[in-house]
Amino acid sequence: MRYAMAVDTKKCVGCSDCVVACQTENNVPIGFCRDWVVEVMAGTYPQLEIEIRSERCNHCANAPCVRCCPTGASYFAEGGIVLVEPNKCIGCGACIASCPYDARYPHPEGYVDKCTFCLHRLKNGLKPACVAVCPTKCIYFGDLHDPNSDASVVLKKRKFKTLIPEAGTKPQLYFLI
Amino acid sequence: MKEEIIVSGRMNQMIDPHLNIWHWEIPLYLFLGGLAAGVLFFAALFFINGKENTYPTAVRKAPFIAPIALIIGLLALFFDLRHKLYFWQLYTHIRLMSPMSWGAWTLMIITPISFIWCALNIRELFPKWDWNYEWIKETEVFLRKYQLVLAWAMMIYAMILGIYTGILLSAFNARPLWNTSILGPLFLASGLSAGASVTILMSKIKKERKRFAEIDLIVIGIELFLIIHMFMGFLASTEVQVDAAGLFLGGPYTMAFWIFVVILGMLLPAILEIMEIRKYHIPAFAPAILVLFGSLMLRFIFVYAGQVSRWLY
Repeated sequence: MRYAMAVDTKKCVGCSDCVVACQTENNVPIGFCRDWVVEVMAGTYPQLEIEIRSERCNHCANAPCVRCCPTGASYFAEGGIVLVEPNKCIGCGACIASCPYDARYPHPEGYVDKCTFCLHRLKNGLKPACVAVCPTKCIYFGDLHDPNSDASVVLKKRKFKTLIPEAGTKPQLYFLI
Repeated sequence: MKEEIIVSGRMNQMIDPHLNIWHWEIPLYLFLGGLAAGVLFFAALFFINGKENTYPTAVRKAPFIAPIALIIGLLALFFDLRHKLYFWQLYTHIRLMSPMSWGAWTLMIITPISFIWCALNIRELFPKWDWNYEWIKETEVFLRKYQLVLAWAMMIYAMILGIYTGILLSAFNARPLWNTSILGPLFLASGLSAGASVTILMSKIKKERKRFAEIDLIVIGIELFLIIHMFMGFLASTEVQVDAAGLFLGGPYTMAFWIFVVILGMLLPAILEIMEIRKYHIPAFAPAILVLFGSLMLRFIFVYAGQVSRWLY
């Protein structure tokens, strides 16, 4: 099993509903977020191009955060999801410094927190909160080893990119372009 | 022209200050760890060479700084943890790919060694010291018998500690400014320089002070070479590295780096030491204090600037 997510940058309108849904679902402390929206405007008026991306942890197959964690608190769970075990985390911040996507934050309770692809929802047969709530249905989620999953199907049909693949992290968050 | 607007963004510590995760605790520890490594390295080196009586300060007195520095450094590290009560998890795991795990275990070994070394030399500070208990006296006799083995272990672990302070940072490919293997040798050299300076400050023997001024001079030369080499590497690399080097070459940390680290911390003490070796009257503490200051600033500036540097995307 290899969970992955594909975000359609052509359909995303940058409403930030995914951010709010995540904060609500995962009880993210105020002032922090596990996912966020980036809007890139390129060109000179009137020739402007816009790309909107709903970003989160890339659940990298070669995750620097897992590699550098001194206690094994950061680990690969089922489907390659990168998780943090709060009772092992000492809050040293090495994983925060090691993430090229800046996807982690120090939870006020002391441990480091991040996107979990809503593993608790997946276990109940539900989609991650950000996927379920998206009003333009621009986020596709699924198992890449299953050719019929939403993510597999859309990645077969469309052109896509990942963020800074040259960092060697093998990110599993795809952006349809 | 490319303009980037972040709607609700992280990836930028100007918006999310918490991404600047390491503050004064880490650079302070890196400095104290490097300093302890330098002091212990010279103590072990000159003990192994049989120069114990030529350089008594370096071998017997200066090492008393090491456990103090290590304890303060460890406290600073503990202070930095956000989940403090779980710190023991460091010592229930060995993670070969994690520099921080290596560092935790290295400290676990070198700190006791530094205490033992000081205990063996305790009469240097308190000539009438008596251990009172028979078993401690027996342990002392045993350890003294194997002091050469202890010295070798201390030298090797001091080098690991010195290099590790740099590797801790250079292992992060997410922060291009840190992600250079020069940082290990550079921080080791800076630590050795700081260690030599501590000996110069504590020594009352002119010949010893002169010898360590010479050592310090050589190490400063190596440091300057490594810094030039680092910039050459950055500037010959990709846009990401060029951008990172820009923090010191016209960017916000330019003045701090060149004035505090290179001029005040390396060039000026080097000039003073050359004058001292040429028999001009220079107060010996002046270059030593400058080197210690430069060494501390090197850690602070690298830790803070590195956290600003990032991949461009």
